[in-house]
Amino acid sequence: MTLVGKSIPRKEGRKKVTGQALYVDDISFPGMLYGTTVRSPVARGRIKNISFEGDIPWSEFTIVTARDIRESSWENYVALILNDQPYLADEVVNHPEEPILLLAHENKYLVEEARRNVRIEIEELPPVFTLKDSVDKQQIIWGDDNVFKSFLVDKGNVDDAWTGADFIVEGEYETGAQEQLYIENNGVIAIANPDEGVTVWGSMQCPYYVHKALLKLFNLPEEKVRVIQTETGGGFGGKEEYPSLLGGHAALLAWKSGKPVKIVYDRAEDMVATTKRHPSRTRHKTAVSKGGKLLAMDIDFVIDGGAYCTLSPVVLSRGTIHAAGPYYCPNVRIHSRAVATNVPPHGAFRGFGAPQSIFALERHLDKVAGALGLTPDEFRRLNFVHESQTTATNQVIREKVDMDQLLDRAFELTGYYEKRERFARENGKEQSAGAVGRSNSRLKKGIGFASFMHGAGFTGSGEVYLASVVGAEATPEGRVRILAASTEIGQGTNTIFSQIAADALGVGVDVIEVGQPDTANVPNSGPTVASRTCMVVGKLVESAVLGLKQTLAGSGLLKDEYGESEFQEACREYIKSIGPLKVFSKYQAPPNVVWDDEKYQGDAYGTYAWAVYVAEITFDTLTFEAHVDDFVALQEVGKVINPVMAVGQIEGGVAQAIGFTLFENVVWKDGRMINNQMTNYIIPTPADIPPIRVYFEENPYAYGPAGAKGIGELPMDGAAPAILNAIENATGVSFNHVPLMPEAMMEKF
Amino acid sequence: METTATKTEVKCIVNGERRTIEAFPMERLLDVLREQLHLTGTKEGCGEGECGACSVMIDGAIVNSCLVPVAQVEGASIKTIEGVASGTQLHAVQQAFIDCGGAQCGICTPGMVMAAVDLLERNPNPSEAEIRTGLAGNLCRCTGYMKIFESVVRACQKQA
Repeated sequence: MTLVGKSIPRKEGRKKVTGQALYVDDISFPGMLYGTTVRSPVARGRIKNISFEGDIPWSEFTIVTARDIRESSWENYVALILNDQPYLADEVVNHPEEPILLLAHENKYLVEEARRNVRIEIEELPPVFTLKDSVDKQQIIWGDDNVFKSFLVDKGNVDDAWTGADFIVEGEYETGAQEQLYIENNGVIAIANPDEGVTVWGSMQCPYYVHKALLKLFNLPEEKVRVIQTETGGGFGGKEEYPSLLGGHAALLAWKSGKPVKIVYDRAEDMVATTKRHPSRTRHKTAVSKGGKLLAMDIDFVIDGGAYCTLSPVVLSRGTIHAAGPYYCPNVRIHSRAVATNVPPHGAFRGFGAPQSIFALERHLDKVAGALGLTPDEFRRLNFVHESQTTATNQVIREKVDMDQLLDRAFELTGYYEKRERFARENGKEQSAGAVGRSNSRLKKGIGFASFMHGAGFTGSGEVYLASVVGAEATPEGRVRILAASTEIGQGTNTIFSQIAADALGVGVDVIEVGQPDTANVPNSGPTVASRTCMVVGKLVESAVLGLKQTLAGSGLLKDEYGESEFQEACREYIKSIGPLKVFSKYQAPPNVVWDDEKYQGDAYGTYAWAVYVAEITFDTLTFEAHVDDFVALQEVGKVINPVMAVGQIEGGVAQAIGFTLFENVVWKDGRMINNQMTNYIIPTPADIPPIRVYFEENPYAYGPAGAKGIGELPMDGAAPAILNAIENATGVSFNHVPLMPEAMMEKF
Repeated sequence: METTATKTEVKCIVNGERRTIEAFPMERLLDVLREQLHLTGTKEGCGEGECGACSVMIDGAIVNSCLVPVAQVEGASIKTIEGVASGTQLHAVQQAFIDCGGAQCGICTPGMVMAAVDLLERNPNPSEAEIRTGLAGNLCRCTGYMKIFESVVRACQKQA
């Protein structure tokens, strides 16, 4: 093993630093039209009339409405889980900015002018805008009860535990929406006609999701639909499900016009109309003994799914399973629901429900510790889950887990105990000082932490249903090309796949190519989500190339002992004398992974990453701003394949999580985001971000490639509770929601 | 509206080459670079001067090309990301971004590289605080900026 564990430079790095990498908006086709979307001006209602006004040459436009889909006997829903979201609203609208009609023209300025001149009359119906109103059934806006999905995790007997408890501690916690804010907006290009079928190029995470959606929309056979990922400027979940809708829109316009159609959103449209992180509310009721042992956890977890189901059941699932954290508790009940509101559908975003429920838990445990008179770390140490104990879903932990040791090391790296003591002393002393002291006491320092885990790969039986496939193909040049639908979206897919494959074959990294994700050429290796690309798909890359090597050996062209040039020669010779060489590998569940979907019991994930994050903050009692001064992220993620990239994943995720905590406030009005600009939706800039110090423990996972686990989502989970725990440490004031803006802090002082 | 205006001729130098552009005076420099000159390395992130993905240099000063009407560059010398390397020889900043992991998804990278090149031209040995300030007009959502700061430091060391 020579390449795994080394910081091999990014495969496509040169293209990116020179501006040569082609993103979807950098691509054009002759005769291409520009498409746009006319959207609902209201949250909920019946469409009464659509009129085309103004001094616009309407006859030059391609116009598509729901009627076109109906009259072609196509299916007007985005195929995903419940298939309740239409491509174009038909008769009713259920959220602001819902797509109603599509326009295309060769002049993109005229398209925008035209969009503003389509008048849509809607008879409004009473909407529901908040999670609370939806739960309270202020209106029934979806199904019988506004509930897309609910889960119940039930371990032991929670109801019997209250009477024997020394303390019962309750709390309620909320998290807000968050915009993914990839710097490249959503965009696609489509060519579609009855002869060639449908081809879509675009910025996306999951080519086969788009493929599946287009098959259903146009009712075409598989080979008539082709989806190609172009260089993608960030996703974070925001390009998981949304490109299916957008790809369908461009393809509808392309089919009707007979011309290529490009739709690239501008920032305002991307922010106002596309998915965001699900807002959440979590209620905890916890029974503990005098000695500090968890006796029962009763957790009610609700997420706001927006107007259509989209991926909410899966987001809810991950949030539910992570709600009780890396602790052992004999009695746990987690009741969770995803509910409907008349806002644009919320969707996938890094962490996928876990940051929401972990925020609640890690804030709540500080509260429980306080009630017991224990420090946050003393209380957690009494309850960390250990090998052979069970999680909330009764999953027996079979790997070595040492949360105590992670905590020790994280505290050592931050000087936690010393700071805790010093800050308490200094904050207090300044408070009691005189006039000069008062001006000094304006700034208060605090330190806090969160301990958590994140399951890698799909939840429960997800990976078994997906049955992902990866191919390895010998090229005439004597190289090996990896065939997978897993996309490079900045996280390093191209590079880590090359490292894993090269090591498995004992060749250099340049012998490996990674094929462009194109459904005409690559098998379905599943979506690029759920921190699964390295661990699950990477393992398939490893076994596919080993299969290829075995075939070469079986043909007699490759000896047991070989060098790189002999391997390359064997590939070339095989193709010349025998023919094309492609080997595929299909997912097989690790042994002992058993999951009961009905009872929500068993091995929720094959493995988990484990982490302790520590935040140090300064709180300004004059401006009510909290500034993160230092951040340490320590995690155990199995074998680290590429240290620079792994660190980069964590740093980026922590920065995004700091944004989630202190900066990023989606302002809603009548179900619509009204600060849908980078000017007033603020993400951390180079000037804002604290030093983020990243450390790994490596405990190789037997079923990951070279021992690797998942990593991508983990860093989103811990920052919010760690920072709010630190703010409470600094100020003595408890805040239980994010984003935590200065205005909200001011109210408590 | 666009169609009621008349196009005008703008002469300027782009990456060392003389160019004559026919465009509406208020067209964004960003669009002219990308669509007429096919210099698609300059990206649009926000269209309102917040994210810096469209950063280019005009007469040595870094600007957001989404905020510049093309009429303003008459007689100016413009440098885009395509003009940063010398042939196949990458600029020290570009090489450092590759070596240090300064680029992830790559969409902010051209603008970020321009900002870093601009910074080092003004200040060949910036402190960390100066790097943060120097890049403050450019947003990245992938890296958390740490590896971008490292890249700039590495480029200074290489240039020194």
